[in-house]
Amino acid sequence: MTAANPPIPTSHHTCPACGLLCDDLPLDGEGSISASFSCAKSQRYFSQAAAAPSQPASVAGQACDLNTALAAAAKILQNSQQTLFAGLGTDVQGMRAILPLAEKCQATLDHMHSESSVRNTLAMQNSGWQTTTLSEVKNRADLILAIGTDIVSSHPRFFEKLVWNKDSLFNKGTPHVVYLAVDKADTQAGVAPDGTVPTVLAADKKALPAILNTLNALCNPAYAKSNKAASVAGLSMAALTALLEKIQAANYAVVVWSASELAYPHAELTVQSITQLIAKLNEQTRVAGLSLNSGDGDISVNQTSTWLSGFPSRNRFQHEQVSYDTQHYSTALQLKSCDALLWVSTFNPKPPPDFAGPSIVIGHPNMVFERPPAVFIPVGVPAVHDSGTVFRMDGSIALPVKKLQAPSLPRLVEVINQLADLMP
Amino acid sequence: MITQLKHARVFDPAHKKNGVVEDIYISQGRIVAKPADASKISTSLDLSGKVVMAGAIDMHSHIGGGKTNIARMLLPEFQASKHYSEPEAHICTPGCSHFATPTSTETGFRYIEMGYTAAFEPALMPVNARQAHLEMADTPMIDKGAYAMLGNDDYFLRMLSSQQDQKAINDYVAWILHSTQSIGIKVVNPGGINAFKFNQRRLDLDENNRHYQVSPRQILQSLSRAVHELGVSKPLHVHCNNLGAAGNFQTTLDTMRASDGLPMHLTHIQFHSYGKEGDKQFSSAAAEIAEALNKNKHITADVGQILFGQTVTASGDSMMQHSNARHANPKKAVLMDIECDAGCGVLPFKYRDQNYVNALQWAIGLELFLSVEDPWRIFLTTDHPNGAPFTSYPHLIRLLMDKSFRNEAFAKLNLDAQAMSNLLSLDREYSLYDIAIMTRAGAAGLIGLNDRGHLGIGAAADITVYTDQADREAMFSKPDFVFKNGELVVKDGKVVKVVWGATHTSKPAFDVSVEKDLSDYFAKYQTMQLANFKINPDEIADDGRGSIVVHSGKHLS
Repeated sequence: MTAANPPIPTSHHTCPACGLLCDDLPLDGEGSISASFSCAKSQRYFSQAAAAPSQPASVAGQACDLNTALAAAAKILQNSQQTLFAGLGTDVQGMRAILPLAEKCQATLDHMHSESSVRNTLAMQNSGWQTTTLSEVKNRADLILAIGTDIVSSHPRFFEKLVWNKDSLFNKGTPHVVYLAVDKADTQAGVAPDGTVPTVLAADKKALPAILNTLNALCNPAYAKSNKAASVAGLSMAALTALLEKIQAANYAVVVWSASELAYPHAELTVQSITQLIAKLNEQTRVAGLSLNSGDGDISVNQTSTWLSGFPSRNRFQHEQVSYDTQHYSTALQLKSCDALLWVSTFNPKPPPDFAGPSIVIGHPNMVFERPPAVFIPVGVPAVHDSGTVFRMDGSIALPVKKLQAPSLPRLVEVINQLADLMP
Repeated sequence: MITQLKHARVFDPAHKKNGVVEDIYISQGRIVAKPADASKISTSLDLSGKVVMAGAIDMHSHIGGGKTNIARMLLPEFQASKHYSEPEAHICTPGCSHFATPTSTETGFRYIEMGYTAAFEPALMPVNARQAHLEMADTPMIDKGAYAMLGNDDYFLRMLSSQQDQKAINDYVAWILHSTQSIGIKVVNPGGINAFKFNQRRLDLDENNRHYQVSPRQILQSLSRAVHELGVSKPLHVHCNNLGAAGNFQTTLDTMRASDGLPMHLTHIQFHSYGKEGDKQFSSAAAEIAEALNKNKHITADVGQILFGQTVTASGDSMMQHSNARHANPKKAVLMDIECDAGCGVLPFKYRDQNYVNALQWAIGLELFLSVEDPWRIFLTTDHPNGAPFTSYPHLIRLLMDKSFRNEAFAKLNLDAQAMSNLLSLDREYSLYDIAIMTRAGAAGLIGLNDRGHLGIGAAADITVYTDQADREAMFSKPDFVFKNGELVVKDGKVVKVVWGATHTSKPAFDVSVEKDLSDYFAKYQTMQLANFKINPDEIADDGRGSIVVHSGKHLS
């Protein structure tokens, strides 16, 4: 691929379509992005929201005014003994409103992408980690190791903005890219503008635990010397040793993973193997981790929930206290025992999961249901109809998102606050 | 509508009032003169025998921002300990630990319940300013503010290494204060956080950053001059190089000398007062540090006292925290390089009274408190949560005010540590007046909060009322009343009304053309645009809960 020309920013409008939070979009005054722009995800985000119907709220599929929908929602919450707040596709301000309502309802909370993010949280809570942020990658990284992810499916402009950038503070050369456990067909984004191809260490993603354990073991000279195995998961020891040497020779290697790609039981241990390897290598040289997020406000919700309740996602208000359980409070398990669901998804029209009990759905106006929920309240989409604050994938940067249009839909924060006012 | 506080025993060092019995009048959130017309007094409270001080001000406490929240996220197991009623160490009380990672809401409540009405986040990372302000906005009851970290950011180091003139540096520093809505400037391990990104592992005062070829000394001098020339009240807040390392007192003394007579504040100086004498090559250098502080009247310091129990250390000093990670307990550490701006290191720590080093750290902190003569230049902090949670302050105050209590505690420490400390020979006991200086008048004067920390006419009516008790820990744990901006918000140590404090800032004038080069820098090297880096005042005003107070650069005399 060739280095894309950086788009000419026409505003500093933040795009919340992925965790990169680009704020250099060529947006026009109408809120659409020029067709030549490199990020299809961003284009889809804005065009889908801009074209959203300004449909009214509904109760059991019947259109009604907002107050009627709120009253019906409040009734469901009041009658509930065990409420699940899930989806939670929202930003800082949304979560600030949702938490007090959850406290009133003594609800359990789970973000729609917790299944992935919990893998990171557990690894971090067990042994910590050593990570970096996007501007460090842009200016310092001379080696990118992508483990089990092509990166661009979830974060389309990663290479364009952070790897093939021409300007960097320390005049680093073109970074070398290594893919580990990624299909060769998915490694095109790692071809440098000058045509340099990435190193591809192809292997089954499910073999990553064995591969990472081997890499960790190879850092121990005694093991490296005594080891008699010739390969692991189809990768030769020579190739893995060469990878370690490459990292050690780099000035600043960045190891990228995506918890959502590690979809197998106890994948938190794989994340931990990655972070242990990074910690070990940092005894001598500089290496840093960077985890890709899943989106839908996952980082914003985790951050806000943590400073307000003491815990990231999955937590519960109960008996005047907050408890935390990354397994038991999952949506999948809670749907079996809860008697009401409040589903929030404002960034994307993601409908709620199947649930036999009453569902209150608050979210993207384009949401389509197989079966109408008990209550649906369409609200403004962040960065199109609503303003707020969103955290970037690296957790250190929060950026304002601003509305582009005069709001034709209610704001999530207002809806949640009004709902809270109706609760005893 | 005037409230009268009758027969108050007032400790107001800003006005040299040491236990003077008088009446205080409050109107519209301010302290006012005695009204000519007594019929305007709508409420009168008889405070006969009660000790009355201005609301306390914590001038250094990590209350909001990235690393504080990382600490919470890293340590979910800490949340349960908030409900523990037993202390962790036999010479401490429950408040000395258990509150290392309060939520933003608890931070506000626990502070006001102890009579504190303001706290300052000392390590706001400019790129992370928005998060810090979001968390502080969710901290009720108290006023807040922040010191922005500079000196490891690549923009500043480029300026310094390309020998840009002091005026350009001053403009950048002022621009940072405006853009991040801060009241002061801090430097953490000057140049070291940046050097760690180039794989340097230690940086001494006169050692160069490998890439920029500038030294911590140059960074300190440039930044302290900028702060001084801009007329910012708060002197440069300095976390010295070599945090926590045996023998680091020499760096601390050299840093004082490097100040060149300009005001400088050395923070959590306990962690920078270590010698390397004795069998264990770790000793107290409190006497040397205190002597230097006593001589150098332009230097101030806060202590960063440690107390025993479980806590977490959250620091911008990624370089030294990486090296300290081997002492983490439980064994885990989050270390980050952040945005060509700075970094952070968060690791849990358990200070134990039978551990030689920890016991001596405790003694070193107290030796410093008792050997630094001028209470206007030394401040009561635990570097929350790094030395201990701020909820330990009442216990710490008792250690300072009650020699027999202190000596009994000392006698229970690790015996080798006792042998290496001169604490028993220090007879000083702090008075209520001294405590009021350290935690009120001195702190307000240092930061430049002209209308806080005192009880003069026109001051904000942030007032704390205590019952005089021989047990100073009991006394300072639970004030009878706390008024915030004239409203009664705490009664018998419990919050009776929820209020939201202001954010204090300093905004010296600067040449706006500084944004031209910065704009280009952001576009080329950063991953957000300049416009999004800046914190708009509306973001802090939010839904009307928050507000910004801009302080002029005048010291309270």
